Amino acid sequence: MIRIEGLSVVFDRDGQKNTVLENMNLDIPAGQFLAIVGPSGVGKSTLLRVLAGLAKPGAGRAVVPGPAAGRQSVALVFQDARLLPWRRVLSNVAFGLERLALPRADRMSRAQAMLDLVGLGALAQRWPHQLSGGQRQRVALARALAVEPEILLMDEPFSALDAVSREGLQDELVRIWQATGKTILFVTHDIAEAAHVASRIVMLGGTPGRITSDRVVAEAHPRLRAGPGAADLVARLRADFGAEDFSI
Amino acid sequence: MRLPLKLPRAVAAGLGLLVFFALWEALPRLDVVNPMLMPAPSSLPAAFMKELRSGIWLDSVVMSLSHYVVGLGVGVLLGVALGIVVGMSDAAEAGSAWVVRLLRPIPGLAWVPFAIIWFGVNAEGAVFIIAVGVFWIVFFATNGAVRAVDRDLVEVAQAFGFTRPWARLWKILFPAALPGILVGVRTSLGQAWMAVVASEIFGVPGVGQRMMQASSLLSTDLVVVYMLTMAALYGLFDSGFMAAQGWLLRWKP
Ligand SMILES: Nc1ncnc2c1ncn2[C@@H]1O[C@H](COP(=O)(O)OP(=O)(O)O)[C@@H](O)[C@H]1O
Ligand SMILES: [Mg+2]
Repeated sequence: MIRIEGLSVVFDRDGQKNTVLENMNLDIPAGQFLAIVGPSGVGKSTLLRVLAGLAKPGAGRAVVPGPAAGRQSVALVFQDARLLPWRRVLSNVAFGLERLALPRADRMSRAQAMLDLVGLGALAQRWPHQLSGGQRQRVALARALAVEPEILLMDEPFSALDAVSREGLQDELVRIWQATGKTILFVTHDIAEAAHVASRIVMLGGTPGRITSDRVVAEAHPRLRAGPGAADLVARLRADFGAEDFSI
Repeated sequence: MRLPLKLPRAVAAGLGLLVFFALWEALPRLDVVNPMLMPAPSSLPAAFMKELRSGIWLDSVVMSLSHYVVGLGVGVLLGVALGIVVGMSDAAEAGSAWVVRLLRPIPGLAWVPFAIIWFGVNAEGAVFIIAVGVFWIVFFATNGAVRAVDRDLVEVAQAFGFTRPWARLWKILFPAALPGILVGVRTSLGQAWMAVVASEIFGVPGVGQRMMQASSLLSTDLVVVYMLTMAALYGLFDSGFMAAQGWLLRWKP
């Protein structure tokens, strides 16, 4: 369970206060796949950064469960994979494990298992620059999964990928979510993507950003991409969100 | 300009070297210049063998190399260490700014008087002169490289709980800055070699000193032997360094 209570984030820019999120309240039950959509600049990344401990709330609080032994409670996947170019793929996946008190052999076997999970087991000894964009993003996902987080934060993780890789990764993510029961916060600006993967969709809007809509997606997985059912769902979501004035 | 016939680069380079030596051989032989002023290359092997057999060549080389390696090592270590501290800490950057601006423009050789006063005309003095020059090059390269590290990568470390400065340094800053640091080290490789020769010309024993002795005895062939020795030693270090760097940075595209 993640509990966000009266959360505000204020940035100080040249002495000027810039309120990005204001008085946000949101409860996210454990195991939920929550998509967060909203226009660029509304504060989606800022929200994830607060949850990941990279930014401090100006007011209110965001409570995440503490980590269990040998695990990290929250892991973040960035929009750009941000692999460390001087580490081989396997060592990139093992990165977060180096902080947890684990023997090296355990770290490596856990990292290898995560690489296998995202289908890149065979590329363990490559350098990041030898991978495609989609493969890099898979490695970043494996790196986040390796620390066995209860909460996986993903900031537009597939938006830089081509359509084929993106759809493949969406389905894989759903599969991983179903297999592990993790709580996932998935930021995207693509309503169709949110509708395809998430069990709940929260929309942020306005300045400063706040929750303008909160909707459960009941459809069971696997969901179809094409066909009247899928189109219908996206259309309903768009109408719900007033997507006409929704600029990416 | 493109040559009409296609030569492999190595062949062309070898040919160039051959022409160079042929011209050099021809000038004194044809009495265009006095062989006393410019010894022919064919006279060098004999001079070299004589010097080698006397044991002086090896002694000089070993001494010069020890000055070189120690001076380089001290300068690189201090330059990297202080470059990292000043690169990581804004307080250290601010505090050192004017000291750096004051000391930086002083050429390494301007420290010779103090090297002599503090250490004497000996190995320690030579090491000091060499290290001073190396230090500044490596310090600036390291400081700049550490400051230029992508903040996004530092954030990755933070997101995975590496928040202490020491972890940030070893997990991210040092490996990310290494290419920039090595550029500085390579520059200092040449700089240090010049400082070795300069300090030995001031009297510290080594190839530089031996070359000056040969010059005062008008043994120009020996002078040339030592000049080529210097070139060979530097070339050896530089190619060894390039090989090491290629391995260290094998992750680069
Ligand atoms: N470190 C920062 N300092 C100052 N302003 C920031 C910082 N990070 C984000 N902002 C501002 O906060 C707002 C929201 O940014 P962000 O959370 O990245 O939006 P989104 O991810 O929804 O596109 C933007 O106006 C941005 O300029
Ligand atoms: Mg964003």
